[in-house]
Amino acid sequence: MKLIFRVVTVCCLMLIANAWADEARPLHDDVAVEAQVQRLSEELRCLVCQNQTLADSHSELAEDLRQEIRVMATKGMSDQQITDYLVERYGDFVRYRPPLKSTTLLLWFGPFALLLGGGIGLFLMLRRRAKSAGNLPLSADEARKVNALLNEES
Amino acid sequence: MKRALLPLIIFLVVVGFLFVGLNLDPREVPSPLVGKPAPAFSLPRLDNADKMISNKDMLGKVWLFNVWASWCGACRDEHHVLVALSKSGVVPIYGLDYKDTRLDALQWLAERGNPYVATAVDENGRVGIDYGVYGVPETYVIDKAGVIAYKQIGPITEAVLRDKILPLVKRLQIQ
Repeated sequence: MKLIFRVVTVCCLMLIANAWADEARPLHDDVAVEAQVQRLSEELRCLVCQNQTLADSHSELAEDLRQEIRVMATKGMSDQQITDYLVERYGDFVRYRPPLKSTTLLLWFGPFALLLGGGIGLFLMLRRRAKSAGNLPLSADEARKVNALLNEES
Repeated sequence: MKRALLPLIIFLVVVGFLFVGLNLDPREVPSPLVGKPAPAFSLPRLDNADKMISNKDMLGKVWLFNVWASWCGACRDEHHVLVALSKSGVVPIYGLDYKDTRLDALQWLAERGNPYVATAVDENGRVGIDYGVYGVPETYVIDKAGVIAYKQIGPITEAVLRDKILPLVKRLQIQ
């Protein structure tokens, strides 16, 4: 009897310990919702600490916005709808991937334009240099020297 | 001669870009809300929690909507500007007490003077999100039709008030 009591006590204690050792629960029970919140908050900028994503930031606004995203995700809104909601309020700056539109053309294509310009410049310069180096006529004096050297060899 | 000038020109263009970039404040993110109707809200008043205040109450007049909080350090800097403006009676100022406790907010106003016709209490910051608030203080100029005409991010200084806000308010008032 005493033994049974002990075993039961130990089992109970183990159960308690097990409950304590449980991993930190996600903030929302629905795994899909929590995954969507995580995905979106990694794509969105925290406006308080501007070089951090909403996922990284501990600012109060970031926490509020994550909560807001969570509420919207629970309602079944798509990534696009949630992003639009935030862009409506905070502008394109909240997005880490800026959209392609007239005001961001320079941002998207500026580096490629610079690369292309540099490439063309380099090409033209090299071609001009090759031309001018190859077509220099020898003076009479130089020709004589060259011939002398060539003859010496043979 | 012409070829020697080219690197100099490129250098000057780069310097120009960098110089402009240095003088831009990265905290001033242009608000997409300017030119759009002010987001609707209906919140309890700070002086009387049983009474509600809504943006629709202000339709038909030009008003300033100032987001503030008792915990906000920069709000202290602009407070005397707001008090002076409210005494001049040029334009009514309404407040949004953002993520604050009622007691602290009331005490703050009692100590420093109350420039607001009324203050709405946004305890959980939901209305702040609708207005795209990310750094208190922020101030919106809203026209007679309820459209946001201007957003000031950060404290209102005397210079900002004189050069930007007051001329805009006067223009909107005669519209």
